Amino acid sequence: MADTVKLTIDGHEVHAPAGMLVIDAAKLAGIEIPAFCYYEGLTLQAACRMCLVEVEKMPKLMTACTLPVAEGLVVRTETPQVAAARKYMLEFLLTNHPLDCPVCDKGGECELQDMAFRYGAGESRYNETKVHTPEKQYSPVVFFDAPRCILCYRCVRICNEGMGVNALGVVERGAVSEIAPNHGDHLECDECGACIDICPVGALTSGIYRYQTRPWEMTHVGTICTHCSDGCKTTLGTRNDRILRGNNRDRSGINGEFLCIKGRYGFDFYDHPDRLQAPLMRVNGKLEEVSWAQALAAVAEKFKQTIGAGTFGIVGSNHTTNEENYYLQKFARSVLGTNNIDHHRTGDVVTLVDALSGKSGALATVADLCERKAFLVLGADLALEHPLLSYQIRANYRHHQAHVYVVTPKAVREDKYAAATMRGRDYESLRDKLKAQPELVILFDDSYQGGELRKLVDFGESLGIPVRYVCLVDYANSRGAIDMGLTPELLPGYQPSGQSGLHLDEMLAAELSVLWVVGANPLENAARKSGFLVVQDLFLTETALQADIVLPAACAYEKNGTVTSGTGEVQRLKRAIETMGAKPDLEIIGFIAREMGAAAALGPWTPDAVFEEIRKNVRGYDVAMPALSTGGAAQTMPVNGRVAVPGPAGLVRSDRNGLFASGTLGRYSKVLNSVLESRLSR
Amino acid sequence: MTFSPQLEARFAKLLESYPAGRQRAAMIPMLLYAQDEIGSVTDELVEEVAQRVGVTPLQVNEVVSYYSMLHREARGKYHVQVCTNISCLLHDADQLLEHTCQKLGIENHGVTPDGQFSIEEVECMGACSWAPAIQVNYDYHHFVTPEKLDRLLDGLRKKQ
Repeated sequence: MADTVKLTIDGHEVHAPAGMLVIDAAKLAGIEIPAFCYYEGLTLQAACRMCLVEVEKMPKLMTACTLPVAEGLVVRTETPQVAAARKYMLEFLLTNHPLDCPVCDKGGECELQDMAFRYGAGESRYNETKVHTPEKQYSPVVFFDAPRCILCYRCVRICNEGMGVNALGVVERGAVSEIAPNHGDHLECDECGACIDICPVGALTSGIYRYQTRPWEMTHVGTICTHCSDGCKTTLGTRNDRILRGNNRDRSGINGEFLCIKGRYGFDFYDHPDRLQAPLMRVNGKLEEVSWAQALAAVAEKFKQTIGAGTFGIVGSNHTTNEENYYLQKFARSVLGTNNIDHHRTGDVVTLVDALSGKSGALATVADLCERKAFLVLGADLALEHPLLSYQIRANYRHHQAHVYVVTPKAVREDKYAAATMRGRDYESLRDKLKAQPELVILFDDSYQGGELRKLVDFGESLGIPVRYVCLVDYANSRGAIDMGLTPELLPGYQPSGQSGLHLDEMLAAELSVLWVVGANPLENAARKSGFLVVQDLFLTETALQADIVLPAACAYEKNGTVTSGTGEVQRLKRAIETMGAKPDLEIIGFIAREMGAAAALGPWTPDAVFEEIRKNVRGYDVAMPALSTGGAAQTMPVNGRVAVPGPAGLVRSDRNGLFASGTLGRYSKVLNSVLESRLSR
Repeated sequence: MTFSPQLEARFAKLLESYPAGRQRAAMIPMLLYAQDEIGSVTDELVEEVAQRVGVTPLQVNEVVSYYSMLHREARGKYHVQVCTNISCLLHDADQLLEHTCQKLGIENHGVTPDGQFSIEEVECMGACSWAPAIQVNYDYHHFVTPEKLDRLLDGLRKKQ
């Protein structure tokens, strides 16, 4: 077969790759063929009949979404016959479709509205009674309004093929057929909401967004989800400093339009009633609200007294931005004069970086997961802990039949299509099978660290094929926290800090003069030992409750900056809303520095200025700005030499958050809790 | 779920009849045969068939709810299906249906209290040349008149 074929669409000569469908070939020529059921990347359905076109020498109209291009094909998309077919198809779709557009969530961004506007008839000839059934709630997230459904099967396919969950189907027949959930009257699924976003009409709506706003009243801000480390872009729809929805229908970002429940709906912690909106100071043993000026002055005073006279400990966060992490460690090292700085490590990135020293292109990107030929998944239940990575590998198998090898302690979703599955850790017995692959990506969780991880990399390198690695970490900026030197032994860019300070566990156990916790909850199950405790957080966590001063921090959706995903891809956070009283951690740290008279030494505390410094000083972060500033991702590659200081053993502990958990933050998300509660009540 | 040895043997043969990986093709005949044996398609049967052919119960349910010859409710021992499609209708099939209902004292889609008879109005059964036609379980009856129908039903009732 020739690589490209020549065909004619509406008189234009089009050169399209062999095997391409006419509907896509038309797009190449700038001709739009309307369709509801056709969806790039999913199986073909040919259910909606909107894409009918005239093809020369074919007796009937053909569906452009199932017709592959052929040499010399002559297609016409705008003939009277085609126009009539489209009009009649829309008339059929509208026979039972309710005209409740004025109150429908989808009104204004509805594909059926758009098509009726462009191709439909201005009036209806149907004067029978419409079939109507009341709407149903399938889960805390998913509502279904059957009469609005046009049976395009997009939701069924995205759930079966995209998510691998098989939670939706179509039951009954003809005018009464409808979308049904997998467990009688309710859904048991990932609650990701992909079915809702992919619905061309308002048949599937979400419990979070429904009846909140008209779509055109929102402002849309593309930012990065703050929950897990997969780095999905979520486009937040906001109005009056409130986030109303998250989705990624424009397919920008490394995740395309994929999002799990956390990215789509898990933003709702920002307006939790427990959200801190004023600084708190311990007065007579009780935390009382004070002004920012009072709180900052008190912190600066305490810090100044302690320099040279006492000991500091600083605990950084897995959620704060690279700029905040960089600025925090600079503050700690140059102003407070200590290397006692650490964070909760969730994957052994340090050992991986060291073991891969001298190699380039050894870290996989999210795009690699959809393109490489073979995968070895070690330890993690990807579908629950890293849903985007799981989605990518599933898509890879669907489109390119990738070979997936699974070595995990328990059954995982990947088992279903894996080339080989094994319970336990004996990946070495797969040596021969892996050696036969042209290339490999190895994904491993925190159960592979230290010596075990070095053994794994040795194994990978001994296969004699190109191998790339993904060290799975838990949170939105877990990777960035290590890259930015939130560790006692390493400076930003994995440079040795000279004299190592105390590690996280040591700091919590030591009787330090001052412990400063920025966006973390290390004292969740422990009592404080330090003389003075300063906490920056969104909520009164177990750690904040024990503090002397609590400073209310802005969440990721309320600030600018950059974060680095688990695959090492740097992306930009963009402020979507502001919450009264809370300040971004970078600003808080800057204000403390100013109060102490140390601001000049640290430099300006604006995200752009700090990122410029990071680009200049941190190994691997000299990324191209155009990609980043237009909302894209750039992979950092910190490896080019040995890491002089080995990471201490036992500090790497993953929280193993499932789909409905997200560390301390997850506790404050209404939607995540409502799903958990609805399952418990059953 | 356990079935009779004959049905199990039939299932085994069915599953072998399709190429490897295409066992889901056996779904419809399995459901039909099992329905004949246990009277209706129960939730338990849906789960069982799903597991045997390697699909989700929802996918089996999609099929069951689509095809009218698969039914979730129990029917009578003799399921009387009266065609009212065009050829039969031209031969007064509508009156024949009404007569059947009166004779058995139940409505369309109903089952007699003793569980012996049920009625269903059906679409064309491909017996137009012998209209009006009815089907009782798998048996066809041609050129049916109210009198012929009475004799047939009385005969079946005696057979019990």
